[in-house]
Amino acid sequence: MALEFRNVGKKFENSNRYTLKDMNITIEDGEFVCIVGESGCGKSTLLNLAAGLERPSEGGIYLDGKAITGPGADRTVMFQEHGLYPWLTVEENVKFGMQLQKVDKKEQEERAAKYLKMVHLQGYEKYRIHQLSGGMRQRVALARALTMDSKILLMDEPFSALDKQTSNRLREELETIWLKTKKTVLFITHSVEEAVYLGDRVIVLSSTYKGVRDIVPIELPRPREVYDEAFVEYRHRLLREVKSGMPA
Amino acid sequence: MSILFFLVALLFLWQGTYIVLVDWLGIYKCYAFPSPLGVGQKLVELWHRGTLGQIIGNSLLRGLQGYLVAIVIGVLLGVLLYRSKYLQKNLRPLILGVQTLPSVCWVPFSILWFGLSEHAILFVVIMGSSFGIAIGVDQAMQHVAPIHKKVAYTMGANQWQLYTKVIFHAALPEFVMVLKQGWSFAWRSLMAGEVMTTSIGLGQTLVTGRDLADINQVALVMLLIIGIGVCIDQCFFTVVENHLLRTRGLLPEKKRGRVVVYTKRVLRWGYGLVGGFAKSFS
Ligand SMILES: Nc1ncnc2c1ncn2[C@@H]1O[C@H](COP(=O)(O)OP(=O)(O)OP(=O)(O)O)[C@@H](O)[C@H]1O
Ligand SMILES: [Mg+2]
Repeated sequence: MALEFRNVGKKFENSNRYTLKDMNITIEDGEFVCIVGESGCGKSTLLNLAAGLERPSEGGIYLDGKAITGPGADRTVMFQEHGLYPWLTVEENVKFGMQLQKVDKKEQEERAAKYLKMVHLQGYEKYRIHQLSGGMRQRVALARALTMDSKILLMDEPFSALDKQTSNRLREELETIWLKTKKTVLFITHSVEEAVYLGDRVIVLSSTYKGVRDIVPIELPRPREVYDEAFVEYRHRLLREVKSGMPA
Repeated sequence: MSILFFLVALLFLWQGTYIVLVDWLGIYKCYAFPSPLGVGQKLVELWHRGTLGQIIGNSLLRGLQGYLVAIVIGVLLGVLLYRSKYLQKNLRPLILGVQTLPSVCWVPFSILWFGLSEHAILFVVIMGSSFGIAIGVDQAMQHVAPIHKKVAYTMGANQWQLYTKVIFHAALPEFVMVLKQGWSFAWRSLMAGEVMTTSIGLGQTLVTGRDLADINQVALVMLLIIGIGVCIDQCFFTVVENHLLRTRGLLPEKKRGRVVVYTKRVLRWGYGLVGGFAKSFS
């Protein structure tokens, strides 16, 4: 499904400044788009708008041409906070979305097992959330998001709380899943390297511009190699843009 | 354990004070100062007369009836307050106001409506505890973290699922706290009601004690009221509450008592022994 922002502006209640203004972005069906930008530039706001949790003050957001009016199961969100339920076990948390969607019980078991294995959490099914480390919690949240099997994935810095090895491994897993399923992914990150590794395009947001400063298509074959000369060049270019977008 | 010793020590101190003030110095007359022994005697006396069970049973049953009705009213009202912005703004302040009314104030009204009957007492209990529960239930639901609701929404939860699978569970520990507080309101209101009417129960026994100028009976009933209140609080509500908090990591895991640890150790040793024997025979 294609996700389209048309002339979107967002001004929070009790605030007279725009957080985002005149945003025009189209994310094509099956495209992997990364968003980078300094802290507080409006990345999470953009994602909440796409999720339908916030309403735009101006303009509209469209899914295959249909305006988004609220949250729905066609767009799975992975929040910056993990948002797991402390009264459920790891396994119950992972199955939660499928239960809401009344997915067949056997199917639930299979998918839960599959994705828990993928995030290397077999053996932790019966644990409660407070018994896990921060990184493990993030991985449970990832597993839960993937079990939803929706056409669109909206991810807000899903790997930023993880150590380098784990986040590298998970981003490879994510790429593999994406290549297989051709989901549309909107991926927010503060790591330029992650963005260049994963994105078909990288959108640079900036608070001085109140929105898009640049859109950079990454024309590198997959899987990408971080020490590749072209890769490093993209990284430098994006880093410069992120920095120059910051207020002086 | 230590609290038990403390209580026993307190009893001795009390009896000692009685002996000094009443027996030795004669500052107080014996009918004006209760003593642990006198209270104990009274307890045995009521027990033998066979009325003790009835007194406590009546009060507990009445309290429970009123409390259950209050829970139904309180929960319904609380959910309404939470769901409706209009009621939240306009009705909630009124309920808060009514809730500050001490439950004794409902007694005259209740008697005018129902006479000196069971219903009058129930009415006081219900009035005394349902509004507090309503306010608490509303507040507990307000305190649910927004992220919990957002996650459910984005996974396609409908309103029913949102309430039953998320808000209810998220608010549960606070609900239990509210119900616990509601029980203590109900219990106090019950006494206010029973003191004013003539149906057999703890409150009425308290008043009879006054009429007979039997200070030991008065003290006994007061102690019973305290004891039953504390017992229900500690044996039921606090246990449930702590269990909930523990499963969510909001309280440290319970240390196993020494008895449990030793029993397990002995059992394991026993199993080993039996297993060893079995092996050596086969
Ligand atoms: N509910 C709100 N009310 C008012 N202002 C808000 C609200 N939420 C966010 N903002 C403001 O909008 C701006 C963008 O916030 P947002 O959370 O989108 O940043 P971000 O790019 O995700 O930052 P980070 O990388 O630190 O997560 C901030 O200046 C913030 O203060
Ligand atoms: Mg953010």
